[in-house]
Amino acid sequence: MTNLAEAAPVPGVQPPARTSIRGLIAQTEIDLRLFGMLVVLAGILLAFNILSGGKFFQPTNMVTLAVQASGVAVIATGMVLIIVSRNIDLSVGSLVGFIAMTYALLMTDWMPHLLGMGPDFPFRWAIALGLGILLGAGFGAIQGFIIAYVGVPSFIVTLGGLLTIRGLVWYLSSGAAVSGLDPGFQLVGGGALGSIGGTMTWIVGVIGCLAIVALLINGRRQRRRYGFPVRPMWAEATLAVIGCVAVIGLAAFANNNFWPKGLAERYATQNNIPIPAGGLLIPTGFPNPIMLLLAVTLVMTFIATRRRFGRYVYAYGGNPDATELAGINTRWTILKTYVLMGVLCALAAAIAAARLNGATLDVGQSYELYVIAAAVVGGTSFAGGIGTIPGAVLGAFVMQSLAYGLSFMGVNSPGQNVVAGIVLILAVGFDTFNRRRGS
Amino acid sequence: MTVAAGTPLVEMRNISVAFGGLHAVRDVSIDLFAGEVLGLVGGNGAGKSTLMRVLSGAQPADKGEIRVNGEVVELRNPRDAKALNIETIYQTLALADNIDAPGNLFLGRELTTRVGSLDDSSMESETRKIMGRLNPNFTRFALPVRSLSGGQRQAVAIARAVYFNARILIMDEPTAALGPAETGQVRNLVRQLKDQGIGIFLISHDIHDVFDLSDRISVMYHGRIVDTVQKDDVDPDGVLGMIILGKKPDEVTETDKAEIELRG
Repeated sequence: MTNLAEAAPVPGVQPPARTSIRGLIAQTEIDLRLFGMLVVLAGILLAFNILSGGKFFQPTNMVTLAVQASGVAVIATGMVLIIVSRNIDLSVGSLVGFIAMTYALLMTDWMPHLLGMGPDFPFRWAIALGLGILLGAGFGAIQGFIIAYVGVPSFIVTLGGLLTIRGLVWYLSSGAAVSGLDPGFQLVGGGALGSIGGTMTWIVGVIGCLAIVALLINGRRQRRRYGFPVRPMWAEATLAVIGCVAVIGLAAFANNNFWPKGLAERYATQNNIPIPAGGLLIPTGFPNPIMLLLAVTLVMTFIATRRRFGRYVYAYGGNPDATELAGINTRWTILKTYVLMGVLCALAAAIAAARLNGATLDVGQSYELYVIAAAVVGGTSFAGGIGTIPGAVLGAFVMQSLAYGLSFMGVNSPGQNVVAGIVLILAVGFDTFNRRRGS
Repeated sequence: MTVAAGTPLVEMRNISVAFGGLHAVRDVSIDLFAGEVLGLVGGNGAGKSTLMRVLSGAQPADKGEIRVNGEVVELRNPRDAKALNIETIYQTLALADNIDAPGNLFLGRELTTRVGSLDDSSMESETRKIMGRLNPNFTRFALPVRSLSGGQRQAVAIARAVYFNARILIMDEPTAALGPAETGQVRNLVRQLKDQGIGIFLISHDIHDVFDLSDRISVMYHGRIVDTVQKDDVDPDGVLGMIILGKKPDEVTETDKAEIELRG
């Protein structure tokens, strides 16, 4: 569809020029901000690899890093919707702590003693997870109700939530740490057994590739059907190839991470498998928390971009009055963002509790800060209306790579905080500068 | 043109709205017939926009009754009004700047696929169709409306009101932000819609717009209707006098006239 109006560009909008590199990238319709974040992430990992003399960039390290980032990343996907709709949630860390403690107490105390579910009761781990999710949704609904219907500013409500809920954790366990979760529940946290294994990892990789190709073909067909302009064929092919190579590469990388030697040998003797010379190499593949994060990212992206609820959240962030005048039930929409957030906190709490095999009083401490930092580094704007879910996940990985890399280099935790703080300000400063120049 | 006989499309009876101690609208009654353009004029703070916000469901009335096609209706929120095919083009346009034109056009009334997901392709397709009629130069369907020109944004706001088969259209300063060519387009559109039998409330500061397009003119002053007149019975100066003084022409004294002279 060519049109005369194309020749007269609106101020501030440049039509894609075909000759420049920028123009070529524009034709692939890649999200430049997301692409830039990927480059930054790769740069950070590469820099630490060089600084550590090639020791950093090993599957074990990368898998650990990813698992450490997964909890914050899961919550960050929800924080995007909260910040996009001009609110904030400071209570996520406390809620994670509360739900983690609930999981631990459910499985060690309440289920066997109060509910009559002994250790052999089937699917105890799933029942505990389900109750945790309900609890998260409940806390979210209460805070969301006060914010959306009573009209108390979200900063205040969730600051109160941060204090109150963290205090409640102490009352739950009378100040004690609780440990000893069900083996099934522990698998949520990753580790050698809590990973999907080599074969499944390849299968996931192949499914990922097929999904990428299917999405590209479907998108093209849709646009064709309505006669809209489509991407040039070379751009489609490039996207498909890059996407597939990345997915398969990640799968191969994860499959280069093997079970610890002792565990592998025990497994071999138990199953009468001969141990080959050089040790039995059983690939772990993707850890379960990463699979959970992947699922959360896909579902949340779907909700944010393809569902009415997501559209209303963004519309509200862009112009609250207009959204109200459009006849949208904005209060209900805001309440739902907090319910969703509570559910995500329950999932992150499951990862945290499973990794610890229990809960202490300070599980999830300062999560709210890391989560907000991840969302903001990932391009979410406090002015409202702007932010993407994959961006926030990448933001979580950027922040975690810095922390992990620095600790790998022997920098202590205060030093890591100094760097994290500076990076946060630089990232947002750069972004603000870019936006101002762009508009 | 004379007023159509029969049941009015809209009757607003004894509407009052107060904000604290400020009576924005006092005991106003007004009606609108199908295929009629009613110009609503008055100075700043005269209560025009508040009165129209009542009809679009954005502002509940403290007192009064609204009938649509003779039946009493309750307008608690914009959804109620839209369900009665009352559409509004707000002075502020009421667009979500971070969302593209199709997203804004269908905001709150999205087209969805069988599984309830947003059907962006058909929304874009419908937007292309209606924009092809309203503003053929419009091509920026994938950009946030923030990056559109004033006229293009206005076109999106108008398209949104027109697309959903409005029977009653409220236009609050539809040409305030537009250049001469675009103003002409809007005027043509108003005439087209009127010919289709749509009743239109036209709020405007521009007395020429009002005289050009309206069948009747209602003048508001300090929350009250001064008078509702057939356009052919008055001239712009008479209407201007009512806007400034809040009095009907036959009540105007010599001192009042002097005051008008003074204000230009």
